[in-house]
Amino acid sequence: MDNESQYSGYSYKSSHSRSSRKHRDRRDRHRSKSRDSSSRADKSVTIQAPGEPLLDAESTRGDDRDDNWGETTTVVTGTSEHSVSNEDLTRASKELEDSSPLECRRFAGPVLSGILGLFALLTPLAFLLLPQLLWRDSLDPCGTPCEGLYVSLAFKLLVLLISSWALFLRPPRATLPRFFVFRCLLMALVFLFVASYWLFYGVRVLEPRERDYRGIVGYAVSLVDALLFIQYLALVLLEVRHLRPAFCLKVVRTTDGASRFYNVGHLSIQRAAVWVLDHYYTDFSVYNPALLNLPKSILSKKMSGFKVYSLGEENSTNNSTGQSRAMIAAAARRRDNSHNEYYYEEAEMDRRVRKRKARLVVAVEEAFTHIKRLQDDEVAASPKHPREVMDPREAAQAIFAPMARAMQKYLRTTRQQPYHSMESIIAHLQFCITHNMTPKAFLERYLTPGPTMQYQRENGRGRQWTLVSEEPVTSALRQGLVFSLRRLDFALVVTVTPLPFFNLGEEFIDPKSHKFVMRLQSETSV
Amino acid sequence: FLSLFQQRIEIQKLREGDNLILGFSIGGGIDQDASQNPFSEDKADKGIYVTRVSKGGPAEVAGLRIGDKIMQVNGWDMTMVTHDQARKRLTKKKEDVVRLLITRKSLEETVRQSMMQH
Repeated sequence: MDNESQYSGYSYKSSHSRSSRKHRDRRDRHRSKSRDSSSRADKSVTIQAPGEPLLDAESTRGDDRDDNWGETTTVVTGTSEHSVSNEDLTRASKELEDSSPLECRRFAGPVLSGILGLFALLTPLAFLLLPQLLWRDSLDPCGTPCEGLYVSLAFKLLVLLISSWALFLRPPRATLPRFFVFRCLLMALVFLFVASYWLFYGVRVLEPRERDYRGIVGYAVSLVDALLFIQYLALVLLEVRHLRPAFCLKVVRTTDGASRFYNVGHLSIQRAAVWVLDHYYTDFSVYNPALLNLPKSILSKKMSGFKVYSLGEENSTNNSTGQSRAMIAAAARRRDNSHNEYYYEEAEMDRRVRKRKARLVVAVEEAFTHIKRLQDDEVAASPKHPREVMDPREAAQAIFAPMARAMQKYLRTTRQQPYHSMESIIAHLQFCITHNMTPKAFLERYLTPGPTMQYQRENGRGRQWTLVSEEPVTSALRQGLVFSLRRLDFALVVTVTPLPFFNLGEEFIDPKSHKFVMRLQSETSV
Repeated sequence: FLSLFQQRIEIQKLREGDNLILGFSIGGGIDQDASQNPFSEDKADKGIYVTRVSKGGPAEVAGLRIGDKIMQVNGWDMTMVTHDQARKRLTKKKEDVVRLLITRKSLEETVRQSMMQH
């Protein structure tokens, strides 16, 4: 891949976003120095401008990028919240064991909030039980009012439990670089609250061995009420506030310019980044580095016009920089026909793709006519013509052979062959046969580059993305904010604009007011 | 050869108060813009066309239809007249009956089709 893509240094730098340029420039300076030295030592025929490969040296190389595209280590977790019941704690710990190469940091947040929530839920019960256990005999008997309070306490606890399970108990989706402000706030609030209740309980009830049991029950019920209100606050802050759209995010992929617009509500930058990534994986077509470069036949023509022979000078170091600059200037002044070639090359490429696609479609249609589903009633007729009955996998393998060549050629022309191995094609074919799909449905996967989600392998390890931003990432979105989400070889640049304010007016139209006339110049009735 | 199929329609004027009305509206004329005529096949045709027939009026009863081209009124030619002249010829107070020679597009088409079958 390195020697295929030779760009001049200028175009490489200008294609990257402002915010990441600082990092890039530092690294690029190192690298360009080393390259220049190597080209200076090259005393023979052609001069090449100090070009840089499109990818960093640190990013995965072309060959093995095909296999583990998009996968590096990951550290990600949770925007989930508040309280977790016991069984989910065990479920969380089991998850930890399954995907072992994960870091534990992924679950630190949810586990902590789970423990806190559990503690908060058990506190009222503790408040009720401790007097009974410790000084049962000296308690005032408490009749009907207490029973009413018991029932309401039980139901409120049940409601708290169920709503926490429904709302907050979700597997973590992403690790945010900074603390999630609202969640920390709520956890602190809950902790403070429960702690102060315990404090008062300890001082007013446990110490003097309070005898008014009804008061104690009332105290516990008030705690549960307050917990319900905190949960309402959590619901509003975490779930509801960001539902109403307020900003429009424009997401552009830096390598090929694919862009989308999304509407989001009031979020912090890091939460908006997670939201954008959620939608990136299903909306954007997959990033295919092989489709990016202009064919080198077009670009290298600019440089290969001049040949320079250095006639035996030993100290040509100074001269060659001057020479290469002169070459570049001269090449730029030459009449530039590369747009013409680009146009014809594109037309030729289109034609080639269409031809291969036509061949593929015909081959697949023909292949699908070779098999048909065996109906149940035909089994009885089989003693006459014993046909070999196949399961889907064998059927897929049987009809794969005639279409394999056309498929391979098509994938190679559209540069998709890293994404589809022969095994995956046969598996997909088997899937389509099982579900009675037509050849067109089978081909849907190959004719258009699908969203990135389609090519994800199933494993628990996540994706590593870096959030690059000039503002602190916990600040809220506002107009004119720009941040980018960077991966190793491409980035998504996100621009924030507020949604416009609409002044909606009203106009009433009487249904009887729709009248029409012929557009003749004059019409007279006689 | 071209034969125009035409129909003769006789309309009895209806007296409404002080006026004698026929119950339809006309458009067209040599002083009008012929390209805005929706009924003519040839957009350069500056003849007089029936643009509206009032329901239940004398014209409808007599068989006049919207889109008909009026060729003659009581013997007077209407293919090369101005709009106002046409109106005057139709609304003569002394005449109770107008005899129109009209041509209708659907008639022409059926003629053309029957001619093509031979």
